[in-house]
Amino acid sequence: MAVSTGKSFASRFGVHIAVLIFVAIWTVPTLGILVSSLRDKDQIIASGWWNSFASSTQTEAGRLPPASAQVEKDGKFVLEGNIFGDDPARDISAFGVKSAAPTQYPAGTTADLGDGETLQLNADGSFVMTSTQPFEGERGQRVYYASSAPPKFTTDNYDTVLFSEGIGRSFMNSLTVTIPATVIPILIAAFAAYALAWMRFPGRALLIAVIIGLLVVPLQMSLIPLLKLYNGVGSFFGVPSKTYLGIWLAHTGFGLPFAIYLLRSYIAGLPREIMESARIDGASDFEIFVKIVLPLSFPVLASFAIFQFLWVWNDLLVAMVFLGTEGDQIVLTAKLNALLGSRGGDWEILTTSAFITIVVPLIVFFSLQRYFVRGLLAGSVKGG
Amino acid sequence: MAAQIFSAIFVIIAGVGGCVAYFWGANRLVDIIFPSRGVAGAAAIDNLRRQGLIRPWLFVGPAMIILTIYLIYPVVETLRLSFLDRGGADFVGFANYEWALGDREFRSSILNNIIWLAVVPAACTFLGLIIAVLTDKIWWGTIAKSLIFLPLAISFVGASVIWKFIYEYRGAGQTQIGLLNAIIQYFGGQPQVWISLPFWNNFFLMIILIWIQTGFAMVILSSALRGIPEETLEAAVIDGANPFQIFWKIMVPQIWGTIAVVWTTITILVLKVFDIVLTMTNGQWNSQVLANLMFDWMFRGGGDFGRGATIAIIIMIAVIPIMVWNIRQANKETGGH
Repeated sequence: MAVSTGKSFASRFGVHIAVLIFVAIWTVPTLGILVSSLRDKDQIIASGWWNSFASSTQTEAGRLPPASAQVEKDGKFVLEGNIFGDDPARDISAFGVKSAAPTQYPAGTTADLGDGETLQLNADGSFVMTSTQPFEGERGQRVYYASSAPPKFTTDNYDTVLFSEGIGRSFMNSLTVTIPATVIPILIAAFAAYALAWMRFPGRALLIAVIIGLLVVPLQMSLIPLLKLYNGVGSFFGVPSKTYLGIWLAHTGFGLPFAIYLLRSYIAGLPREIMESARIDGASDFEIFVKIVLPLSFPVLASFAIFQFLWVWNDLLVAMVFLGTEGDQIVLTAKLNALLGSRGGDWEILTTSAFITIVVPLIVFFSLQRYFVRGLLAGSVKGG
Repeated sequence: MAAQIFSAIFVIIAGVGGCVAYFWGANRLVDIIFPSRGVAGAAAIDNLRRQGLIRPWLFVGPAMIILTIYLIYPVVETLRLSFLDRGGADFVGFANYEWALGDREFRSSILNNIIWLAVVPAACTFLGLIIAVLTDKIWWGTIAKSLIFLPLAISFVGASVIWKFIYEYRGAGQTQIGLLNAIIQYFGGQPQVWISLPFWNNFFLMIILIWIQTGFAMVILSSALRGIPEETLEAAVIDGANPFQIFWKIMVPQIWGTIAVVWTTITILVLKVFDIVLTMTNGQWNSQVLANLMFDWMFRGGGDFGRGATIAIIIMIAVIPIMVWNIRQANKETGGH
């Protein structure tokens, strides 16, 4: 008996560890950009974000004063001062004079640079350089040093990204695209779903089959004809072809099959007795829909709204085709893609922008997860 | 910016108002033209019948019009364009398809797509199933599931930035700021430029999609597992089955249908994978896939609509079996009416 309890304890412990590892793999990457977006931009490239609470060591370069500052002392020529000048002092751990070996000498030691020259650089930044020959030249000796700075967290990155990099503007654009593109399909789909579930008319079965077929049609099939159509309409009426109206309608079109499918299967499952007793009381289809079906369908409408909101907010392909890849009207995802090209190595810009693009979906997701899961379960054949 | 907010609000009100006005107005119009109240019995019945004929079409009409413009017409038009030249003016027969078969980049895309199809749905389903089973057994399982589910809300572009940061490369011996290379260097390995490693870079891109989609598989499979009757599991335990036997011989066979649904859903998604490849490599270093190649040809050198349409058709052909299966399933469920 004791053996079996021990075994079950071990296996239960194993389950906890395994789940913990999975959770770590799934959350650490996102945590990485959140932490990085709050760090000082010099520290981001100086140390990994997982070290961001420790002092970070970075290698910097400085220059000693020119020859004109030298004094002669005991037959030697001497340059003295502090490498940080008037800047706040940092803690120097090592220094060097070659870029290939920037941390050759520990701080506080006297380095022999050859030709009778020596250099001592202390932890507080003060230095003494001596030479048996007079120093010459306008430019002082170049010195490399590793200094450690205390961890520094800041919201500067958010200021920069929102107001100078155009992410703030794109954020508004994303809202402008997403909200109408979420609201418009709901009503259109709800009426169609009711008709397909509860009204009898010829061709109904065929229509349902077509909608289920359209669920999985790849978006790629629609892009070229619609691009041509939009360009044609644009030049015919002399209006721009890349407009918000265009993308609202496009997202409505692409979202409709799933909306109708999801709403129909829910509405078809409502109890028949309610509909029939309402009909006997003389209610028309319109009244039944507005007064009975719509209120009862609230959960599924919410599910679809969350789906469509996340899908439109996160979409890149439709946005790039129908709004373009640059300009004032592009959405967050397209802007982030553009920044990946133009600011490829500037991680303070990229991590901060990425976090801003995912923060809205995360809020929606966490506050309305129940409806989201319900939608997933009801409509897991969604193609998009 | 204020103007933009105003116009967005205006559109929402106008759009919703327009929809409501249409449905209400059209409905009213039918009642007025074919009155069923206040007329003689025979005429009333006649009018009621006419109403019944027209009203469904008023309800499904707007949806049908939008679906026709945005999905049905484009499918036909894309098929037509795939037989035309780059500008869509001259008929070129199967020239675009012949070009595709001979094109090195296209072939490499097909190959990569096949690898994606072989790896991603399997990995997501498998991991999702394991996590669903494990989290069911512990008290903090719901929280764990929420956290693993979370990447599903993140855009593919956002996820690409997140993982690009993980894969970030600095020369050997330098401080690595990418987590993966830091770990490798910590254990004495050589840091690598993961996203340009020939062949293996595909897998580093796939990890991103697996990371996003595992939560989806987990949620669906977890609810299917809950549907397994308690008695079958208890009977298996009494018969002395070990946890692995219970998992493979009792649980998995009972949720086979759900596994198939998850698998096909992710398969469709994989066929259309675009954002990840565009933002991570843009198809360089042999990581091209069909959806990104298609987008590329839409705009490359002013755009070649013939070739772009051809690639779209090939993606479509891959989807058709799933489409037919879906329609059959749905017909079975609704009893064919």
